[in-house]
Amino acid sequence: MNEREPVTKPSVSQIGASAPSGATEATSASSKNPALLLENVSCWYGGFRAVREVSLAIPRNKVTALIGPSGCGKSTLLRSINRMNDLVPGFRMEGEIAFEGTSVHARATDVIDLRRRVGMVFQKPNPFPKSIFENVAFGLRLLGETTGIDALVEESLRAAALWDEVKDKLDQPGLSLSGGQQQRLCIARAIAIRPEVILMDEPCSALDPKSTLQIEELMRKLIRDYTIVIVTHNMQQAARASDYTVFLTMGDDRAGYVVEQGETGKIFTAPQQQLTADYVSGRFG
Amino acid sequence: MSSQTTTRRKVANALFGLLAFLAIFASLVTLVALLIDVVARGGSSVDLQFFTSAPSRIPAKAGILPALVGTLWVTTLVAIMTFPIGVAAAIYLEEYAGRGRWSRLLRINISNLAGVPSIVYGIFGLALFVRLLGLGRTVFAAALTLSLLILPVVIISSMEAIRAVPPSQREAAYALGATRWQMVRRALLPAAAPGILTGIVLAVGRAVGETAPLILIGAVTFVTFVPVNPFEDKYTVLPIQIFNWAGRPQAAFQEISAAAILVLLVLMFLLNLVAVILRARLSRTIQW
Repeated sequence: MNEREPVTKPSVSQIGASAPSGATEATSASSKNPALLLENVSCWYGGFRAVREVSLAIPRNKVTALIGPSGCGKSTLLRSINRMNDLVPGFRMEGEIAFEGTSVHARATDVIDLRRRVGMVFQKPNPFPKSIFENVAFGLRLLGETTGIDALVEESLRAAALWDEVKDKLDQPGLSLSGGQQQRLCIARAIAIRPEVILMDEPCSALDPKSTLQIEELMRKLIRDYTIVIVTHNMQQAARASDYTVFLTMGDDRAGYVVEQGETGKIFTAPQQQLTADYVSGRFG
Repeated sequence: MSSQTTTRRKVANALFGLLAFLAIFASLVTLVALLIDVVARGGSSVDLQFFTSAPSRIPAKAGILPALVGTLWVTTLVAIMTFPIGVAAAIYLEEYAGRGRWSRLLRINISNLAGVPSIVYGIFGLALFVRLLGLGRTVFAAALTLSLLILPVVIISSMEAIRAVPPSQREAAYALGATRWQMVRRALLPAAAPGILTGIVLAVGRAVGETAPLILIGAVTFVTFVPVNPFEDKYTVLPIQIFNWAGRPQAAFQEISAAAILVLLVLMFLLNLVAVILRARLSRTIQW
């Protein structure tokens, strides 16, 4: 795996809080001071352009859903925010992603620090083959914390709505839990190091409907403390759980681009674009 | 679907089961035959005296003490040397080297080294360790030579074990802000440990049974004292002792040769047993 210094065209490291040109007026109310600001972001895998000139403002303490058909670059975009794509050989990004006003790809930005502040939950639950306790404590141990771990683990498990189910078996393997519990364990693991943003890459696609609803309820609670960006295939999920929705689709060159973005209610009930209307009503995608 | 094809599928299914059974049967029969033969010929010679005596011109007084101690010395040193170097090399190739031309070349060469005949390592060890570095015909020179011999196997099996850890585990660690070293140390190695361990034990087992290179680098066949200082003392090992006794015409030497084979087999069995136990303990929590 290569963790090379990514190539970024503009050498802007400080970006003003102005909404990007691509953002519609619907988001402008809460994008006065967005947690994340994407401007003209394009992503390539080798010679293939996966994402084309995406501009977005991700509002603070809200759930923002990225929806769109398979292969439209939602996950690529999400994984560019905490630079997980650095691990993919041949990946390249242009444009600017600013997190709290600082470019995530700037030379001065420490990717380790970035990932501590921008946590991630993956499509398939991926607990470590360790005990439930050690899974949640993992990030704390990386930071070299030695005191207060017990309290933080409990607090994180409570925040992830898992505490009552596991409090008597913290020393059991994380992998012994059910799929839904494992995903909440991964959420507890992510929030144990107190990030500011949580990125969720189709967190419910491997879960049953009941576990899915639990995670959605959890997201609604977590936005009191965190900003959440979720990629989802499930339009009902976006409609139920998100405040803002960004709809992407693929162009003829198979590069993903933003068709429409705005408040979730508007996107689902009064979309401005025909493509959006077709997608949210289930006519394609 | 006609009943004829159903029958054919069932026959094919049964046939493959039979073939698989025959394969395991053939290997087991050979092993059992060897065991029975060795026990029948040498079993009666294995007594306390056999373990506490040095080789002798009189078969009834001969024992394997120097060879056993020599084997334990060499095995221990080989394990100590190959474990860190082999695992570190595997980590480098899997996690740091990337997939470029240079690392592909390295991988191919390591695979080739694993296929080099052991006698070639003996010649190399003789030239480098015994003569050039002046280590002489010592336990240490033997351990270094055998370490080189099994290092490619240790590296390849460790690489396999590391590669078997799902990429999602690496991502999980990186997403929590792990540095590459923290990812390796806290996520990758614990998950790969059972596989790495198995590979090392199998490789060390090969070193225990290796004879040819040690003949070249000067294991002595008639050692009447126990090696104490691995950097100074002459030594012999069990396979060489067996080779020596088996080559003698007297029937009594054939018997103690079989007895020594028995001891070597038990030693191997113990080594593998330890590996199985350790592996079970390490992998108790691992199930993807």
